Amino acid sequence: MSAIFQHLANALSVGSLYALMAIGYTMVYGVLRLINFAHGEIFMMAMYVVFFGLATFMMPWYISFIVAILITALLGVTAERLAYRPLRDAPRISILISAIAVSYFLQNLATVLFGGRPLTFPQVPLFTSMMNLGGVHISRLLILTPVIAAVLLVGLQYLLKRTKTGMAMRAVARDYDAARLMGIDLNRTIAMTFFIGSALAGVGAIMWGMKYPQIIPTVGAMPGIKCFIAAVLGGIGNVAGAVVGGLVLGMTEILIVAAVPALAGYRDAFAFVLLIIVLLVKPTGLLGEKTTEKV
Amino acid sequence: MAKTAVQPINESRPGKVVSVTLTTILLAALALLLWWMQSAISDVYILKITRLCAINITLALAMNLINGFTGIFSLGHAGFMAVGAYTTALLTIPAKSKEMMFMIAPLIKPLDTLTLPFPVALAAGGLLSALFAYLIGMPCLRLRGDYLAIATLGFSEIIRVLIMNAQRLTNGAMGLRSIPANATMAWTYGVALITIAFMALLTSSSYGRALKAIREDEIAAESMGVSLFSHKMMSFMISAFFAGVGGGLLAAYNGTIGQDMFRVSMTYNILMIVVMGGMGSISGSVISAFVVTIGQEWLRFLDGPLTIGSIHTDGVVGLRMVVFAALLLIIIVFFRNGLFGTNEATWSGLWRSIGRMSGHKKRGEAA
Repeated sequence: MSAIFQHLANALSVGSLYALMAIGYTMVYGVLRLINFAHGEIFMMAMYVVFFGLATFMMPWYISFIVAILITALLGVTAERLAYRPLRDAPRISILISAIAVSYFLQNLATVLFGGRPLTFPQVPLFTSMMNLGGVHISRLLILTPVIAAVLLVGLQYLLKRTKTGMAMRAVARDYDAARLMGIDLNRTIAMTFFIGSALAGVGAIMWGMKYPQIIPTVGAMPGIKCFIAAVLGGIGNVAGAVVGGLVLGMTEILIVAAVPALAGYRDAFAFVLLIIVLLVKPTGLLGEKTTEKV
Repeated sequence: MAKTAVQPINESRPGKVVSVTLTTILLAALALLLWWMQSAISDVYILKITRLCAINITLALAMNLINGFTGIFSLGHAGFMAVGAYTTALLTIPAKSKEMMFMIAPLIKPLDTLTLPFPVALAAGGLLSALFAYLIGMPCLRLRGDYLAIATLGFSEIIRVLIMNAQRLTNGAMGLRSIPANATMAWTYGVALITIAFMALLTSSSYGRALKAIREDEIAAESMGVSLFSHKMMSFMISAFFAGVGGGLLAAYNGTIGQDMFRVSMTYNILMIVVMGGMGSISGSVISAFVVTIGQEWLRFLDGPLTIGSIHTDGVVGLRMVVFAALLLIIIVFFRNGLFGTNEATWSGLWRSIGRMSGHKKRGEAA
């Protein structure tokens, strides 16, 4: 009984981590129709910033977290400014390659700056100590991660639905040219999208680091691809869909391995199998809207 | 502009016969150069890099067919290369070495004693890779644009995961060693030449035109009677075949392979060559394969100790790759068409640019 509860809590926390990162993908895809391949590397950078903040500069954890989230967000905005904005009117494939180049650049930069040796993400007792929940000992993180994710999601929904910036983002996502004609400042709105998406990736990275404490320059690559898949599963461009997709993916991965431990070596492959199945059955994703191709 | 376009063909421009002759002379000169290099240059390193250039030509052209000519953004190249590399390696490593290598679990039955001649092994690698492409293409080629990119990338990773777990077939994480060094100058350049010729013939055939039509506008191509799926599949499988052959050459070139070699960064390296040469240009990919391969080696000085003015650093490992990635970024942001765009380097084009450089104005412009 307690094992099942453990697995469920674990699945929920992994799922909410995926959801946090998938939102970044889905928001960027919504406004630019771009898979931001560099999202995983932005996630990776956040982990390094927290590491150096805590281990080298001895900052208190909350300051280190805030610094990391801010730096991550600015990194996302910078990538957009330097690598994506000049290509906004170019063929889609160019901007996709540009995103790949940014990801490759950040990975190599991290190798040079921080070395290829794995570092260990520092533990923050407030989050990582064990707690007793109705006779079951589990890490606080398993409970805190979904809660933090849920709070951020409510905040994001408020921002998207109630604020001017959020409405501008939704307008740009709905119709890029019409939004421009209505006087929406595209550059500012897109930069804001990258800021929020990257900040959420930063939060996700911190939680991820406390759960899986190994930091290497390629640590963001796999979560990056998986979270894009999560965004596609739920219906790309749809924030609620990203959350659903993230949770579904997290649950599938953890629960399959829990049920059939022999498959643990293939864990990273589940996401792709799930992606193919969903795309073949419902190409727009679970919550996606139907689009028709105009000739 | 229009005036030059309707002008009768300039008599000073070389015709088809001249072009073919010049190409033959160029190829003969190249063959002589390579032959001379092999006997005159004793520096093994230079010879190695020269051979790597040829392997990269094969790999880049394979990717260019699907990404450049067909306009399908596939990121599964590394996976196909891995299939080719492992097949070629397993079919050429002598039985004794295999027995020593597979320490955890022995190699499965027919493969443990089977050794085939190198060309057969290469072809087998290519064919198996094309078979994988067929299986992967079945679901993936029904997807569009970005989804396809992610799905193919995913399958390439799945292939890597399978290789890591299939201990009795691939030796798992330990990889394969003592692969016979068959990637000679003749083999690498021979295969590169075959690939160039094949791609040139394919892209100028009706199949090639259908592929380009798909690239320009899928819906228009379909309504003109081009069967989208079968053409995409054909392009995907041919691309995988050559990627597999290139992977096999790479295995013979390296002597050792491991699943770690075939990460996504391998795909990115080849993508860099294709983008720099121009997506959809054969000659672009060929020239860019030389430039990028040699450039990457030349940039190695960045990893060693450096002195710039008064600043001195003791060797930063990996700086080379940072510069390299930055270059890719600069190319795509500022010169996104690469060297040639979708054009080809031709003798008449060369003729015209020489004419322009030497100050001879074309008659059309002078009038």
